[in-house]
Order: sequence, then C-alpha cells, then structure tokens
Amino acid sequence: MAEKKSLYQEFSKGIIKENPVLRLVLGTCPTLATTVSVTNSLGMGIAATIVLICSNIVISALRKIIPSKIRIPAYIVVIASFVTIVQMLVKAFVPALNDALGVYLPLIVVNCIILGRAEAFAGKNPVIASAVDGLGMGIGFTFALLIMSTIREVIGSGSFLDGIDSLTKVFGVTSFTGFHDILSQPVGILVMAPGGFLVFGFVMALANKIAQGKGEKKAELSGCSACPMAHACSLVNTDDSCDSKAKESENK
Amino acid sequence: MIAIFLTAVLTENFILCQFLGICPFLGVSKKLNTALGMSLAVIFVMALATAVTYPINLVLKTKGLEYLQTIVFILVIAALVQFVEIVLKKYLPSLYQSLGIYLPLITTNCAVLGVVLLNVESGYNFAQSMINSVGGGAGFMVAMIMFAGVRERLEGCDIPKALQGLPITLIAASLVSLSFQGFAGVVEGIFG
Repeated sequence: MAEKKSLYQEFSKGIIKENPVLRLVLGTCPTLATTVSVTNSLGMGIAATIVLICSNIVISALRKIIPSKIRIPAYIVVIASFVTIVQMLVKAFVPALNDALGVYLPLIVVNCIILGRAEAFAGKNPVIASAVDGLGMGIGFTFALLIMSTIREVIGSGSFLDGIDSLTKVFGVTSFTGFHDILSQPVGILVMAPGGFLVFGFVMALANKIAQGKGEKKAELSGCSACPMAHACSLVNTDDSCDSKAKESENK
Repeated sequence: MIAIFLTAVLTENFILCQFLGICPFLGVSKKLNTALGMSLAVIFVMALATAVTYPINLVLKTKGLEYLQTIVFILVIAALVQFVEIVLKKYLPSLYQSLGIYLPLITTNCAVLGVVLLNVESGYNFAQSMINSVGGGAGFMVAMIMFAGVRERLEGCDIPKALQGLPITLIAASLVSLSFQGFAGVVEGIFG
C-alpha cells in the first residue's frame, strides 16, 4: 500500500492527516513540556526533525541487515547516536536552548514518534521515501508544537517569539528579540503544567472537530495502538485498547 | 532525604509537573488495577535502573566519556528490562503475571530515562539518587491512581462530541495537575 503513494503524499500525510501529535497521539511528553515558549518548541521541533530524518534514513538503509528479532534495540542505538550528535551540536551552538530544554533534549531518544516511525515506516520502505516520511512527520510535529506554544506563550506570558535571538544568532542575526507586552495581564497558569494539559486538550478537540467534518475517524483514545512497543505488549490484546476499539466501531 | 522524597512525590511529580511518562498515564489509567500494576512496575524498574546506572556513570566520568550517557543509559535500561522480564518469567511466574505485561512498555517510558538523567544532572549521591527514583515512582503511582478514579467518573458523563475521548481526559488531567500546584512550596515550608 505504502509503495503506491507518491513522495508528495508521504510528505504531506505527516503534516495534517496523520499528524503525529494531534492525530496519532505520539510524543505527548515533549509536546506538553516544551511548548512553554515558541522559541523552545521551535528548537525542539527542529532537533526532533533532524533526528527523525537521519534515523529514518539509516534504519531504512539497514532494514535488510537488521534481524527482526533484535530490531528494537538496534533502532534505539541508531536513534540514540543521532540524539547525542544533535545534543552536542545544540550545546556548542545554541547553549541557551540547551539550558531551556534541559533533560528533554536527551529524552528525544524515547520520543515515541521517532521509534514509531522507524517501526511503522522506515523498517519497511526504501531510503528516499523514509527520508521524506521523516521530514513530513517532523514538520507535522513542529507544526503542532508551534500551534500550542503560540497559544500558551501569548496568553500565558504575554510575549511572542521571546528569546528567538538565541536561535537566529547561529545565522548572525541578533537584532530581533521577539514581541513583548502583548497582554498587560498575562494568564500565568497557561505556562505552568495545568495549562499544558488544558491547551493540548482543546487543540486536540479542535483537530477532532475538523477531522469529523471531513469524515475521518477520531484520534484513538489509547496511545497503545500507535505505540511502537504494541507488538511486544500483551496489554494491547487483553483489555484497554480493545475495549476502546470495540466502542469506536460501535459508534460508527 | 525526606525532603528529596517529598519533592519527588508532590512538588515535582513526574506526570503532573514534569510531563514525563504521559503515554502510560493516558493509556493505562483507565482502570484502577492496571494503573496500580503499571505503577508498581515503574517503581521497580526506576529503582533498578538507578542502582545500575549510578556505577556506570562513575566509570564514564573517570574515562571522560560523559557524552555517551544517553546511549549507554538507554541500552542498559532496555537490556535490564528484558533481563528482569526473563528472570521473572522463569522464577516468579505469579509476579510475572501481574507485572510482566507492563515491562516492555516501560523501556520506552521517558520517566525511567528521565529520572536517571535528572539524578546525574542534580549531582545526587547514590542514596539520594535511589530516594529520588523511588519517590518519583511513588509520585507516578499517586498520579495514576488518582487519575484512574477521575476517569471512572468521566465514563458516565455526557460530553460534547468533539471533546469525547482524549481531549476531555487531558482537560481532566489539567485540573488534577492544578491541584498539585498547591503543593508548591510545601516541602520548603517544612524543611526550609
């Protein structure tokens, strides 16, 4: 099925139709944690996209060499290597971003999007298609992060693109440091933990609403169905996700 | 010590304040018994992972290989989880029945790698690291069990169609998380 799609379709599916965050519900941890400001989420999105493209390419190139029994550990090694490289680059060139993302930067390793794409796509498809798939998924991830962080930053701290100069400095631009004082009384709770869950909930509801209008199915309740470990996990076959799937087919 | 433990459980709760381990939080918190099993497995793996990675980190430090932390830790955790699964299956089948099914899920749980990296980052010694990990796991359990209760209530509610399923769950999580914000400053207040 996947072979019949054109490269453009592989690219565009990740952005809206199969958006990893809003539709497949993958990578929720970094989504909630890094969307405090637009700059952070842009940095996170770019870092994850680079790792996603590189690991997809390598895993796809090695897909005939890696024995299927040990593929998950092999994928993890590939992903962890690229995460380490990205981490070192960020530390060297954008130290402010490294401080802002903190532990979430190395945690890209366990971001379900990357392992999920390796398992669902790169392990079965040729190199170029995998690279394009990685790019599309990465942009979709970044796009979702940007939507959420825009809402949270503008309402929560009354600024937009605050601290962006730490990113643009790499290209020698430091004059623009973002918009400030958009709101005279920002709603601070939105940049704290509860605000993350709240905004994510409403953004996902909106995505569901739009998808419903187009007659597509809702985002799955259980993260299990899309989870890369699903095959290894008997939980999927026992209770939760089966229930939710059964309910969903009843709804139809 | 108690301060570290309470901080890990309440003010810096992994799920509700640091956003680590959201996937199992949303996926497995539907029923109380699965939530309990998952959290026990998480506490166990967190403590074990900390105990094993602490000496490994010392070795990496003396060799000046700190940049390999991410790769080494994730591999150690993955191998450890596999190992524990095999051992449990062979020697403690009853425990395997109740915890084993959650183990593969935990390899890619960011809370486990997260706690190990945070321990290194905060420069804790061995005892402090262990306390922090067990506390983090206990906080995970508190959040999971509380939220399982909330979700059972949600089942019977009449919810607008677009909000059904995950969105309303996230909004409920937001409210639970809001209540945990109330703990901010409590630990400093007691021990400060």
